[in-house]
Amino acid sequence: MNKKLVLAIAPIITFIILVFFFWFALDKDPTKLNSNLIDKPVPEFKLPALENPEIVYTSDSLPDELFLLNVWGSWCGPCHIEHPYLMKFAQQYEVPIVGVNYKDKTLDGLEFIESKGNPYSMIIADQEGQFGIDLGVYGAPETFIVDAVGNIRFRYVGVIDDRVWETKIQPAVEAIQGKPLTQLVQEQTP
Amino acid sequence: MMKTLFTALIVMMSFQLQAVIETYEFETPEQEQLYTEIINELRCPKCQNQTIAESNAGLSEDLRYIVYQKVSQNQTKREILAYMQERYGDFVLYDPPVKPSNYFLWFAPIIVFLIILAAVLTKVGRRRVKGEQSESGEE
Repeated sequence: MNKKLVLAIAPIITFIILVFFFWFALDKDPTKLNSNLIDKPVPEFKLPALENPEIVYTSDSLPDELFLLNVWGSWCGPCHIEHPYLMKFAQQYEVPIVGVNYKDKTLDGLEFIESKGNPYSMIIADQEGQFGIDLGVYGAPETFIVDAVGNIRFRYVGVIDDRVWETKIQPAVEAIQGKPLTQLVQEQTP
Repeated sequence: MMKTLFTALIVMMSFQLQAVIETYEFETPEQEQLYTEIINELRCPKCQNQTIAESNAGLSEDLRYIVYQKVSQNQTKREILAYMQERYGDFVLYDPPVKPSNYFLWFAPIIVFLIILAAVLTKVGRRRVKGEQSESGEE
């Protein structure tokens, strides 16, 4: 009797465990990889500014506060989709966005910024793509949240739109800062 | 007409093949062998189920070039794999390390096998005991 009960319940339990696993797998996008750089400092680099090759940026040039590091290229289709959102976030919030112009031609990168606007506080030109590889970049656009100490705390692969900002980026920034994001008050036109 | 089309097709196909395989010059055949070995063990982060040897994604091309450079500098396989792992995580290795977060994947099959083995053995053992009992009962 007891044995029969065990035999009857075993498949149901197995089924429930499987459903549990599959349920969580549903939410997971296998193309989104965890960054291996979480809680590690931004890799060393020595690269020119996109706008002026005579300016050389290193890790010391990065902001001393929390900032976003956005890897983009004019060749990258989704980056064109993401760009207006970055423009909006740059205006709305105090968080600086550092651009990494990844594997792009200088002129193409400049043309992109000049025609569409510049949301970045500085743009690092990574023509060779070595900095991108050191960051573990595998699909632009990618956005890293770097804390005030200079450690990478979060990575998002893909386009940041309003939904991603609200559900992923803003909560992550607020958790790292330990306080809500202050929205810059936009001046009302009379 | 057919001939021209056919030739065009052949030419197009050969271009596609060339896109994947760049040729690198190595100083020794050992280096070349090591290079081939490593690029066949690294997984392309962009394309999920291809090695960087098979993939013609731009990133794979870059990674192959890095492997080439490092092999030419006589770095060991371990050093090169560590370099990739540091940047792209365990995902990049086709032979991932055993560690607590994936113990389940490594050991679950063995455990399930042991459970089944134990179940079968007790069942067989019990049957044998029963059989012996009935035999002795017949005597």
